[in-house]
Amino acid sequence: MCVANTGRVVSLNKEKNTATVNFHGSIIEARTGLMEVEEGELVLVHAGCILQKVSEERYNEWVKLAEEMGDL
Amino acid sequence: MGKAGRRDGRLINKKMTDIREISKFLKDYDGPEIRIMEICGSHTGAIAKNGIPGILSEKIRLISGPGCPVCVTPSAYIDRLIEISRSDRHTVVTFGDLLRVPSSKCSLQEAAGASYKMVYSPLDIIELAKDEPERTFVFAAIGFETTTPVYALLMQTLIEEKIKNVKILTALKTMPEVVDLLCSSGAGIDAFIAPGHVCVITGSDIFKPAAEKYSLPFVVSGFEAEDLLSTLYLLVKNRGKGVVINNYPAVVSAEGNKKAQELIDKYFEKTDASWRGIGNVPRSGRCLRTEYAEYDAGSKGLDHDEKINKACSCDKVITGKLSPEQCPLFGKVCTPSTPQGACMVSPEGSCSTQYEYGS
Repeated sequence: MCVANTGRVVSLNKEKNTATVNFHGSIIEARTGLMEVEEGELVLVHAGCILQKVSEERYNEWVKLAEEMGDL
Repeated sequence: MGKAGRRDGRLINKKMTDIREISKFLKDYDGPEIRIMEICGSHTGAIAKNGIPGILSEKIRLISGPGCPVCVTPSAYIDRLIEISRSDRHTVVTFGDLLRVPSSKCSLQEAAGASYKMVYSPLDIIELAKDEPERTFVFAAIGFETTTPVYALLMQTLIEEKIKNVKILTALKTMPEVVDLLCSSGAGIDAFIAPGHVCVITGSDIFKPAAEKYSLPFVVSGFEAEDLLSTLYLLVKNRGKGVVINNYPAVVSAEGNKKAQELIDKYFEKTDASWRGIGNVPRSGRCLRTEYAEYDAGSKGLDHDEKINKACSCDKVITGKLSPEQCPLFGKVCTPSTPQGACMVSPEGSCSTQYEYGS
């Protein structure tokens, strides 16, 4: 139940307090309100809400490693 | 945090060469046996899915703790949900996991005359309520610190938009108190994989008191194989030390999400909570503050827990006293399609995970 996924904010709707978030091609609308976010930022989404920003640097390290592991 | 006391997952560079060395270390480890507990259902699933137990030394034992919110919810709560779902012009709204959890008699999904809807987000209840203003919608608000701010955001929206036909039934749990209980009860745990997404909200420092009090290492972990392997390495290397190490720094900080914490405190207060298999744990839960009581669907006193099958060992599995396959029902009468206890229902439950992936 504590599953959360990382996606990138595509656009913000400040009137509705929502953000459109892209998860590797799957687009969802997530609620803001727990964290101030900007377009283009990586975010962690749980149960339809943005919980936290994701460090771009750490995320890229992880993606690189995941790709290397996938090549094994 | 001072430099000398700084503990950060970046002490390990998660590069392929390091992961290979870490894997070899964990396979060849021949020191004293170490019992490591994870207390997050998503970690339970990730460990099994990645086959991690199979690549560890026999001296490293992994134990699933009470980290699946569905699994620790007592039967009285499900009985109350069923009662609400059968009430005139009432609909229970819930995450899918909870639909098949057995209460003392049956599950919500099996209950005759039950009105319920499954949603992805608690906030989906707002549109349901607007579409049918004459009906009362009740959200089954279970979960740990990760999900509680989402319920707080729901409360904020209900109040701002003056929506009166939504209530919540709370069985919210908090981790530090149950961890303290496990540490003090002689469960023989040597180290903890701390729940990554709980710590996104609370901050990793939430586990410092238990780490220091019991001289145990806690490593906050992500959910990928490389995260978990490096976490296990850090735990073994820090055995006997009262430290908290943040091995999920991409999203976890020492202090957590302050805005979410403030919103939680605005709508919810600490309370005693009943955990399936453990019993009442003082101040290990959250309920609505008295001033928001009109939004509560009758959450108080739902402590009783009754097994649908008396031989079910979920209570012992949750506390690490038995592994799933040691339950006499496991894989026989109890399977994901015929669950006898909560641990076989949720995909994050220890029994369901063990059934799906084996050891």
